[in-house]
Parts: sequence; structure tokens; C-alpha cells
Amino acid sequence: MALAEHRKTAPRGLWIERIPGIWWALILFLLTMPAWANGFFLFQVMGWTFILGMIALSLMFLAGYGGMVSLIQMSVAAMAGYMVAIFGVSGVGDISMGLPWWLNIPIAIIVAAIFGTLVGALAVRTEGIYTIMITLAIAAAFFYFTRQNYTVFNGYSGFNLVVPPELFGVDWRQPMPFYYLTLGCAALCYAAVIYVSRAPFGLTLQGVRDNPRRMAALGFNVTAHRIAAYTFASVIASVGGILLVWQNSQIAPGTAGIPAVIDILVIAVVGGIKRPIGPFIGALIYVLLRTFSPDVLLAFGLSGERFKLVIGLGFLAIVFFSPDGVLGLWERWQTRRSRNHDPLTGDPK
Amino acid sequence: MTLVENSSAADRLASVSSGNALELRGVTKMFGALAAISDITLTVRSGERRAVLGSNGAGKTTLFNCVTGDFMPTGGTIRLFGEDVTRFPAYERIRRGLRRTYQISLLFNGLTVADNVYLACRGVSRGRFSFIRPRENDALLTRSDELIEAVNLMPWRDTNVSNLSYGQQRQLEIALALAGAPRMILFDEPAAGLSPTERAELVGILNGLPGHIGYIIIEHDMDVALRVAESVTMMHNGKIFKEGTPEEIENDQEVQELYLGDGHE
Repeated sequence: MALAEHRKTAPRGLWIERIPGIWWALILFLLTMPAWANGFFLFQVMGWTFILGMIALSLMFLAGYGGMVSLIQMSVAAMAGYMVAIFGVSGVGDISMGLPWWLNIPIAIIVAAIFGTLVGALAVRTEGIYTIMITLAIAAAFFYFTRQNYTVFNGYSGFNLVVPPELFGVDWRQPMPFYYLTLGCAALCYAAVIYVSRAPFGLTLQGVRDNPRRMAALGFNVTAHRIAAYTFASVIASVGGILLVWQNSQIAPGTAGIPAVIDILVIAVVGGIKRPIGPFIGALIYVLLRTFSPDVLLAFGLSGERFKLVIGLGFLAIVFFSPDGVLGLWERWQTRRSRNHDPLTGDPK
Repeated sequence: MTLVENSSAADRLASVSSGNALELRGVTKMFGALAAISDITLTVRSGERRAVLGSNGAGKTTLFNCVTGDFMPTGGTIRLFGEDVTRFPAYERIRRGLRRTYQISLLFNGLTVADNVYLACRGVSRGRFSFIRPRENDALLTRSDELIEAVNLMPWRDTNVSNLSYGQQRQLEIALALAGAPRMILFDEPAAGLSPTERAELVGILNGLPGHIGYIIIEHDMDVALRVAESVTMMHNGKIFKEGTPEEIENDQEVQELYLGDGHE
């Protein structure tokens, strides 16, 4: 009752006025980060966080809104990366076609989206663990295919010297430009997911997640909606994939190897799969652990190569204490805090 | 090909002029060796209000599932407004004006009441794949608010469905079935578990439906069934046992033995 009244009386100003203060603080923080952070942090830590966050966001869209856990997102991202290398410029002149950026980037996204859609068309006919199995099988096949195919994917060595175009006279691989490039792309993808989640397409997908049978009984073609969700998620993953190639300036089969495929799942689950911000939180945790845990391990006299152990233990701890990720911990803390207030006066008890 | 199309068009014309909303011919559904329903032949006119009675396991819900396409029948044909829909997927039948509610509420628990009803309205109109958010004055949003009002759920418009009471969920079920322009609705025990007040409200909603909307209602409560239906079909062991007006069925000796007998065993 109170909820409905609140809705009716609350002033519905511009959408920009409804953004809570904490978001403004975050936006300001991210925009001004280059003023104090060093190049390594901007490029290696934050750039990588945004990229992995985008790829994990595509999984979050499928899993959180569509109820489909897909392990193909990293392969879709790598497919886009490969296409940028193949259609654009790379160190492998025999294969790369050298098309300009305004041609090779759209081609890369379209090819990756078609790839993701085809995998989706196969996967949506299965449920739960079988979706995971079928997408994992295709991801493994993609890895071995790229490693063995030399005519198109240049096999084991892949492509090197794949760099972003020098647009507006800026070298986009410099830390600050690359930071803003990845931040901008991540913000766009994030905003797109938020927007679509309340558009008919996104609402439909959440309906399919909650009750596919009822959706069919309301006139929806459930299969078509699920496949379209894969297409949308593939576009987001391919943006991340292209940025990933530019960051590493190379792509090889290992980019979408099984460990990388599973890392995306870990990132999404650790961050929280229910809301689009989760994957970015998960990606930040993952990148920080991955970047700094060797130093920490060495400080304790352990081998730095054991950083995967730290990530694995962290994953276990989060799944154990909070099945809905770090976001779930935060939300539970918020509810506990609000419960400590008197519901009538709002004063702390 | 042309021949077939011509004949089906002719068939269709014939049924449209005969005014039949639903025609079942020898519909059978086998689960393994078990016939949940067998050889059901049933005609419901446009705008007709029919009650389906029968004990548990008589095949009433299976019949609904075959008509809406939740299950494909093993045999027989189903015609909806004159069109053979036997092999159509559920969503194609719904888009032709068929609706249903479920015995156990099948709602979208992660979404609000408003979202649930909006989805129902969206399902039977175009733009299902739209990436554009609806504007505040969107016709479908207005329509879904009207439906929420019609089933008295306005105070809970923005409440998550998982937080609704059982009776409210049943009312929402009905709102979902009324979305768009329904011509034939299948109500699967809409009164089950409702309080007497809620039952009275339900009877009011059903009797208040526009005359062109026909429905079939599965109902155990004779009081409700006989007040909202103009004809009654009795089912027993997957077959049609008796058809008639409510008075005929109520006073039928065989029906009384079967129905009351079942209850007292």
C-alpha cells in the first residue's frame, strides 16, 4: 500500500535527477582517476577490469535476466578479437586483410554476434546443466579449432601487433586514452543492459526466466526470445573482445582457452549475477587478485605462481558465504542496517 | 497446395458462420500407455460459457493443456475459431484469441504486478522484441493499469508477485488471461483456495465479462460453476460423460451417483 502511494506522490523528474548520489560520486571518482593513478594501474588494472567486466556482463545478462548460464561468452569475445585481427591490420600480413577500422570493427561484431546466435540457437533447447555442458563443449571446440587451423586463425601463434586505430591523432594504447576508451565502452554496455532490462525485450526475458511455460501461454515465442538474448549478449561480449585484443596487442587460442572461459563464470558469480554492476565488481576483485596476489604470496615465502589458488579459495569463500556474490553480501548488510532502525521513526534502535 | 488452402478456407468459413469458438474432434492424449483423455469431441460456441466438471484425474486439466498447446494431443483435431490449430505451438493459439489460467498460479515471481500484466498485454501485441522502453503514456501501460484495477490489485501494483497473498495471486492469474482481446478463455479452477468473499468477487468478474468472450471453467465448487456457466460438460476417466444445461446436470441421476458417490467413498 505504502509502496503504491509513494509511487504516485514521488516527483518523477528527469531520469538524470533520479540517479542516487553514490552513483555521482562513483562517476566522478572514475572520471578523475587518471589525475592520481599511475599508467600501470589505469591500463593494466582498470582497463582489464572494464574489459573482463563487459564480457562477464554479457553472461550476467543471459544468466541473471534469462536464466541461461552460457560458457560461450569468452569464445564470442575472442571471435570478435580474431575478426579484428583478420579483417584489420596485424603482424601476420599473409592473413590480415588490412581493412580500415570503420569496416573491420562492425564486421568483427557482426561475425561474433552471428557465432553467438548460432551457439544460442543450439543451447536454448536445453536447460540448466545441459546449457552449461553444450556451451562448454563448443567453447572447447573453438579453442582447439583456432589452435589447429592455420589458414584463417593462424594456429598456435595467433595474431600479434593488433592495435587500435590512431583516431583523432590519439594513440589509444597509451594508459590514459585506453582507460577512457574502456571506461566509455563499459559505461555504454552497462547503460544498454540497464535500459533494455526495463524495455519489452528485457522484461520478456525475465518472464522467460521465471516461467517459460506461462510466457508461451501469453503469446510469446520463448525460443526466439532466448536466441535473441544470445545475440544481444554477443554484441556486448564482442566489444569486450575487441578491446582485449587491443590491450594485449595480440590474440591467440589461449585467449579463449578453458581457463579463460571459466574465469568469466567465476567473475560473474563472485560479483553477483542478479544485477549488471556485479560483473564489474567481480572483474575488479579478479584483476586485483591476479595482479597483486603473486607479490603477496612471495611476501609470505610462497611461489608467486600459486595465484590461482588464492582466486580459487576466494571463489569458494564467496560462493559458500554468499551464493549471490559480493552484491548479495552488500544487500544483506543493507537490510540488516535498515532493520536496526525503527520502522516508524527511522531512528537507530 | 491451392486445393488444400481452398478447402481449409472453406472449412474456416463454415465454422465462422456456424459461430464455433472451439471444436474438438476425437482428441486423445496418451502418457505412455495411459490415456489421460480419450476421444474427446466437444463444441463450444462463440461467447458460450461452459463449465467442465469431474473428479480428480478425470482429465480436465489435460484437456486444457491440449487446447492451449502446452501438450500436443496424441490424436484428433482441435479447431479454434474455425482454424485447425492441432499442430500450432501455444503462442500461436494465444495470438488468435485463446487465453488460459492455471490451477496452480504460474506467475513471474521476480517481477512486479505491473510488469506481469504488462507482459501479458505485450504478448498478444506487436513489439515483443522492442528494445525501446515504453513511455509513461504508452497505451499498453494504460491498458495493464485498467486490468490491475479490474481485479482490485491497484494498491499492490508495484509489489513483487512473490509477496502477494494466495488469493491476490489467483486474481492476478485472471488479469493475465484478460489481456489483449481474448475471445475464448480457459479457467482452470480459478476459485480453488479462495475465501467466500473472494469467490463472490470472482463470480462478479466472470459474469461481468463482455458477451463476446466465451469461456470454459473447470470448477469443483458447484455453487460457483452453476452461477457462471450456461452449459455443463461432465468428464469421467478421460471421457465425456454427460453434457447439458446446469439444471439437467444437477438433476441427472447418473451424475449424482458418480459425483456424490465419489465424494463419499
